[in-house]
Amino acid sequence: MKNHKVVASLEEAIRLSGLKDGMTVSFHHHLRNGDHVLNMVMEAIAQMGIHDLTVNASSLFDIHAPLLRHIENGVVTHLKTNYMSGGIGRAISAGILADPVEFRTHGGRPSDIELGRTPIDVAFIAAPTADPMGNCTGKYGKSACGSLGYAIPDAMNAQKVVVVTDNLAAYPLTDWSIPEIYVDYVVAVDAIGDPAGIVSGTTRITRDPVGLVMADRAAQVIRHSGLLKDGFSFQTGAGGASLAAAKYLRDIMLREKIHGSFGSGGITGYLVDMLNDGCFEALMDVQCFDLKAVESIRTNPRHHEISASHYASPSARSAVVDSLDVVILGATEIDTDFNVNVHTDSNGSIMGGSGGHSDTAAGAKLSMIIAPMFRARLPIITDRVKCISTPGRDIDVLVTQGGIAVNPKNQELLLRLKDAGLPVVDIHDLKEMVERTTGTPAPVREGGRVVANVIYRDGTLLDTIRSVPAK
Amino acid sequence: MRRSMLFIPGNTPNLLINGGFLGADALIFDLEDAVSPDEKDAARILVRNIMKFMDLRGCETIVRINSIDTDYWKADLEQILPQKPRWIMLPKTGCAADVLTADAEISRLEQRLGMEPNTVRLMPLIETALGVENAFAIASASKRVGAIFLGAEDLTADLRCKRTKGGAEIDYARSRMVMAARAAEVDVYDTPFTDVSDDEGIRADAEYAKSLGFTGKASISPRHVGVINEVFSPSRKDIEYAYEVMDAIRQAHEQGRGAIALHGKMIDAPIVARARQTIAMAEEMGVGKAVQHEES
Amino acid sequence: MEIIKRAIAGTLESSDAYVEIEPNARGIRCELESVVEQQFGDNIRGLVEEILADCGVENAKIHIIDRGALECVIRARVEAAVMRGKGE
Repeated sequence: MKNHKVVASLEEAIRLSGLKDGMTVSFHHHLRNGDHVLNMVMEAIAQMGIHDLTVNASSLFDIHAPLLRHIENGVVTHLKTNYMSGGIGRAISAGILADPVEFRTHGGRPSDIELGRTPIDVAFIAAPTADPMGNCTGKYGKSACGSLGYAIPDAMNAQKVVVVTDNLAAYPLTDWSIPEIYVDYVVAVDAIGDPAGIVSGTTRITRDPVGLVMADRAAQVIRHSGLLKDGFSFQTGAGGASLAAAKYLRDIMLREKIHGSFGSGGITGYLVDMLNDGCFEALMDVQCFDLKAVESIRTNPRHHEISASHYASPSARSAVVDSLDVVILGATEIDTDFNVNVHTDSNGSIMGGSGGHSDTAAGAKLSMIIAPMFRARLPIITDRVKCISTPGRDIDVLVTQGGIAVNPKNQELLLRLKDAGLPVVDIHDLKEMVERTTGTPAPVREGGRVVANVIYRDGTLLDTIRSVPAK
Repeated sequence: MRRSMLFIPGNTPNLLINGGFLGADALIFDLEDAVSPDEKDAARILVRNIMKFMDLRGCETIVRINSIDTDYWKADLEQILPQKPRWIMLPKTGCAADVLTADAEISRLEQRLGMEPNTVRLMPLIETALGVENAFAIASASKRVGAIFLGAEDLTADLRCKRTKGGAEIDYARSRMVMAARAAEVDVYDTPFTDVSDDEGIRADAEYAKSLGFTGKASISPRHVGVINEVFSPSRKDIEYAYEVMDAIRQAHEQGRGAIALHGKMIDAPIVARARQTIAMAEEMGVGKAVQHEES
Repeated sequence: MEIIKRAIAGTLESSDAYVEIEPNARGIRCELESVVEQQFGDNIRGLVEEILADCGVENAKIHIIDRGALECVIRARVEAAVMRGKGE
């Protein structure tokens, strides 16, 4: 054997990789809230006394809370990510990092990596199955997560690549997602994650009556948009109402015998059902959300794994999002110019991020936001969102239980929905209607310091997020 | 137009505040079975406030009070009547005397509140064997009664039989209710379909109720509202035909003809009455004009 | 018309408010925990004072855990707690 890639420990791999103070390490988030690899690697790095690192992780979840300690101890001084859940977000909003977090999108991140704007020194790739030369995949193993789409650009562009697996298979692993040509070292560990946190058993549609009303409306909007015909392509998030909308859409497609082209994005069992029922020719999968999706990508040749670049990169010659007809997205807030916030909560604290939100909104012919008129007395529609995650020019329609607001830039859609007798309402009127019910909320106090920059997919600064003052 | 009536438990703010958005023609705020005895007081205040302050977006309001053999029903009326509910639903109505008891109390409150007599209408809920046998007497007991409503869950318990999806056990009650209501010239509503996740079942059940002559159907799940509305709405064909009938009548009038035929069939008074009802409903649904427009 | 005993109304469900009222020697003492403190905290405290005044309550301790209830819901829960606290 010419090359010996398997090393005994993470420490050994880190040492061999040449990681030094001030460098950048990267991680993917396919193991979601079950991921152990980021924590194991950062702990080893901290033990080795390396400081002042940049962590570029495609997303961060609450399981990554130990990262906060590494920030306090100066091991990590810069963060780049596309999404962070509320537990991490609260600490960032409180101002634990001196320099602002850089938020990108799922398409902007690989684009900036490939263009050399955000070089990676060492990529650590959690792999549910790998062989000793580093061919690896997410489709098999006790920690199977399905697609490894977000890890592919890191593997192809990092100076050094370390594959971390808990299922070392014999060479050659043929059904690879990432081939050995990119991999420097392989480390076997007991567990790369907790399967319970990696994928859901099943993702379920909402039982909330308001969610179902919105979902039904959303399906009607798609039906009357003029886009629902043979060759139709579709993406939806994993939120309860979005999944219910997908189910209603499936019923319409089956009833009207419409044969779509593809479903894309984060894939759930609902999209797998649509594939198997003949609603789509193919699924383009950058991430699996549940066991059904993992099973399908493993066994169904029409269920394709795609890289983050192929999914959404704005600097690729083309990406899947450019061929999308309809995407259904969520929002924590939307303003009367249709700008959407998915980064911060009602108090301005970070609890999310763009993910593929603004990538799909930019690419799809019809970008739909589905959201209740208010959550816990807080209106969804504001004069100006606290943070612009996706610019209003890319949003076509807002669907709520109280009415459907169409962006005036899409007059054709407005006319189509009116003709169909759907309850179309001006977004300003909708905002007034909501506030008659909830009352007008007092403005939220903002801190003075910028704690995060929101970088649009083309690399320009879209907005900043300020600290949340202590109570 | 009242095709669907949706039950909303009277002590759950989350559902009450969204009631107006769930697509039902009428909302039944339930102070009876959905509220435990020690929360009756809080629920009636909550329902009163929802009716007073919330925009229910044109949904008709029906309040199911507690039955007249309880200690609660008078206090229910006391709190609710000032908000002018369109209907009071009277559960476990067994005979005409029950209607008259409730009627007297409502009349007393209407007078005290300075409301027009019979502002608030009564919808007896018939859910016992005795009630079914007395259906016509109940439906015609008072001018205040505007509709009767069949409750099959309690009825089948009273009949000591099992409630099934097919519903053979309530066939007699359904037909008897429709007959009584039509004889008394009031509306009649069918019992809810209780399997919330059976999308085909609800459609078949609603279609069957419509075929028997029911005006509409109640629901315990917002998921069923859309199907009920669809089933109890006139079809496009019905609407087109109704406009044709009205056109034929107009032309006959203009030409001074007495007998009117359409597509070789005589048009008599019942056909005209039905056409008028259909057009009124179509216009209320906002589709009347569209169909007429397309036709011309 | 005084609060003579400890009483509660409402629940901790979303869009509801949990209200606890008890006798107080002098004046009104209001404690509010709300998920919408920043946006509606002052508004809710004002509302509670108004409702207690309308109900003729001059002395009471009142503790509210608000789960984003609309104004009409808070009104109903406070009124129900007062009624129960008065022993009605």
